[in-house]
Amino acid sequence: MLNHLLSGDLPRSRVLAVVLVIILAGLLLTPFIFPGAKALNVAAKICYFIVLVASFDLLLGYTGIVSFAHTMFFGIGAYGIAIALTRMGPTWKGVAVGVAAALLISLILSLVIGLFSLRVKAMFYAMITLAVASAFMTMASQFSDITGGEDGLSFKVPELLTPGFSLREAPFLGVSLDGKLITFYLLIAVTVVLFLLMLRIVNSPFGRVLQAIRENEFRAEALGYRTVSYRTSSNVLSAMFATLAGALMALWMRYNGPDTSLSFEIMIDLLLMVVIGGMGTLYGAVVGAAIFIVAQNYLQELMKLASSASVKIPLLRDLVHPDRWLLWLGLLFILSVYKFPTGIVGKLRLSAWRKRTAQPGA
Amino acid sequence: MNSPATTAIEPLPTVKPDRLPLMLLPVLALVALPLIGSASTWVTLTFAGLAMGMIIFIIASGLTLVFGLMDVLNFGHGVFITLGAFMATSVLGLMTGWTTSTSLLLNLVAVLAAMLVAMSVAGGVGAVFERVIIRPVYGQPLKQILITMGGMIVGEELIKVVWGPEARPLLLPTAFQGSILMGEAAVEKYRLISVVLGLIVFAIMTWVLTHTKVGLLIRAGVHDREMVESLGYRIRRLFIGVFVVGSALAGLGGVMWGLYQQSVIPQLGSQVNVLLFIVIIIGGMGSVTGCFIGAMLVGLLANYTGFLAPKVALFSNILLMVIVLLWRPEGLYPVGKK
Repeated sequence: MLNHLLSGDLPRSRVLAVVLVIILAGLLLTPFIFPGAKALNVAAKICYFIVLVASFDLLLGYTGIVSFAHTMFFGIGAYGIAIALTRMGPTWKGVAVGVAAALLISLILSLVIGLFSLRVKAMFYAMITLAVASAFMTMASQFSDITGGEDGLSFKVPELLTPGFSLREAPFLGVSLDGKLITFYLLIAVTVVLFLLMLRIVNSPFGRVLQAIRENEFRAEALGYRTVSYRTSSNVLSAMFATLAGALMALWMRYNGPDTSLSFEIMIDLLLMVVIGGMGTLYGAVVGAAIFIVAQNYLQELMKLASSASVKIPLLRDLVHPDRWLLWLGLLFILSVYKFPTGIVGKLRLSAWRKRTAQPGA
Repeated sequence: MNSPATTAIEPLPTVKPDRLPLMLLPVLALVALPLIGSASTWVTLTFAGLAMGMIIFIIASGLTLVFGLMDVLNFGHGVFITLGAFMATSVLGLMTGWTTSTSLLLNLVAVLAAMLVAMSVAGGVGAVFERVIIRPVYGQPLKQILITMGGMIVGEELIKVVWGPEARPLLLPTAFQGSILMGEAAVEKYRLISVVLGLIVFAIMTWVLTHTKVGLLIRAGVHDREMVESLGYRIRRLFIGVFVVGSALAGLGGVMWGLYQQSVIPQLGSQVNVLLFIVIIIGGMGSVTGCFIGAMLVGLLANYTGFLAPKVALFSNILLMVIVLLWRPEGLYPVGKK
C-alpha cells in the first residue's frame, strides 16, 4: 500500500524515513503543539515551498536544466489567485478561474521558452531565463492597475477559509476550529497530493528518460528519445506545479506582491533548498525546504544569542550577526555542491546502502 | 614561366571584416534623432548612453573573454563590481580632503588611487575566486552555474559584513561635478570622462589582443582551445591571467558605476548581472568587439527609450536581445567554435 502510494520510491534509509515522518507529524500537529501565529505560518510556508522546491527539482535534479525563471511561474500562480479574487470577489468560482487562468498562462509561457531555448547549451538557458524572469518582475510591478504594482494585492478568500469562520464554538484541545485551521489542513492535504503526484511522475518511464537525459543527453538521443520534447515537457510540468504552489501561497497569505513571489531572493532560496536537501531526489525537497525555512526563521534567533555573546570580538560579531544567516547557508550550499552533490538525502541513502551491502549474506 | 625566386609571395587571403554590426550604432543614433526632435537633448542623451555603455563594456569584457576561453560562465562576476565600488567608497572616504578640494590634480589623484586600489583588490579576490570556486568544477556546466551563484551569495554577504548592509554614498570629486555646454546641449563632465576612459580601455584591450603574443594566444584559445594546448601552450595559466584581469576590470567598472550613481548598495552586482548577460549574448559569447557594440547598443537604447517611452525602457534590453538574436542567432560576432 505504502509502496504503491510512494510509487515504489521508498526513502531507502531508516534515518531518512524517520526524518520524513517527523517532518510530516510536525506539520500535522503544529497547531496543537506549537501555539502562536508564527509557528503556523512557518509550517504553512514549509508546505507550499515543498511543492515549489520539488517542482524545481523535477527540472534541476531530474532533468539537469538550470532555470532562473522558476519563481516567475510561482508568481503567475499567486497573481492568478490574487487578481481573480480581487476582481470576482471571495468566491470558489474565483479560485477556480484564477488557478485555471494561471495554469494556462504558465503552460503557454513555459512551452514557448522551452521550445525556443532548450535546444541551446545549459549556460544560455540559465541566462535567458534570468533575463525573462527579470523582465516579468518589472512587468508585474509596472502594470499596477492589474497587479497592484509594488504594493501588491490584498484580497479576501472564500468564507470557509477566513479566520472569522468557525466550525464549532468550543475549541478542540485548546485550538479554535476556525477557517485558518481549515486552510492549513487543506494546504497540507493538497501538498501531500501534489508531492505524491510528482513522485509518480519521476518514477514513471517518462521520469527515467529525464534522468537518462541528465546523465548523458547524447546517448539518450542515440537511443531514439526526442530529447528536446522530453526536456520541454519537463519544463512545462515543473512550471505547472510551481504555479499551483504559488496559488497555495496566495490563498494562505491572502496577499501577493512582487517581493513575496517574484523576487530573485526567492529564486536563490530555492536553489539553496534543492541543493542542500539533495538534487535528484524529491525527498530532498521536503528535507531541504523544512531545514531552510526553519533556519530562516529560527537560526536568526540562535545567531542573535551568538552575536550578543561575542559583542567584544569585532569581526566575529559581524559574522554571526542575525542578518548574516544567508552567509552561512551560502557556505553550506557551496560545500554541498562540492562534497555531496546529492545533498542530505543522497548522503543518508548512500550510508544506508553501504550498511546494507556490508552485511554478510545481504 | 617565372622562376620561383622572382615571384612575389602572395599575401595570405584575409577574412573580409564584418562591419555590418558596427553600423548599428550610428544607425540607431540617427533613427533616434528625428524621434527625439531637439538636437541638444539628443546630444545629451547620446553622451549619457555612451557613458553607460562604456561602463558596461568595461565590466562585461572580462566575463565574455573568460567564457570564450574556458566555457566558464561566472554568475558571480557581479561580486567584483560591488567589491570595486565599495573599495572606492573606503578609499575616497579616507581622502575627503583631496576630493573636496577644487584642484583638478588632487581630485584626479584621489580617483585614480581609488580605481587602482579597487582594481588590485578585485583582481586579487578574483585569483582566489578562480582557485577556490571555479577550478574544482571545470567542465561541469551545471555545477559551475550553481557554484558561481553560491560564490555570489557568499561574496555579497561578506561585503555586507565588512561595509554594512546599507547604501553608501560615493560622491564625485568637486572638479568632476557639473556639466559643460556643447552648443546648446549640456553634457555632464563625468560622462565625458567615462567615455574617454572606456575608449582607452577598449583601445588597450584591442591592442593587446591583436598586437601581442599573449593576445594572439587568447584569441586562438577562444577559437580552438585544444589546438592551442596541443601546440604546447598552457591555456590554464592564460585563463587565470584573463580571469584576474577580467575581475580587476569589473572592479574598475564598479568604481565608475558607483560614481555614476553617486551611491553604492551591496546588491549592485546581482542587479547588473542580468544586463551583463544580455550584453555578452548580444555580442556573441567570447567576442570583445561584439561585447563593445552590445554594451553601446544597450546604453544608447536605454537612454533613448527612457526619454521617449519610459515604460518601454524597462524592457528595451530584452527587446534588443530578441531582435539581435533573430537576426544573428549566435550574437553579433559569433565566435567560431566547434
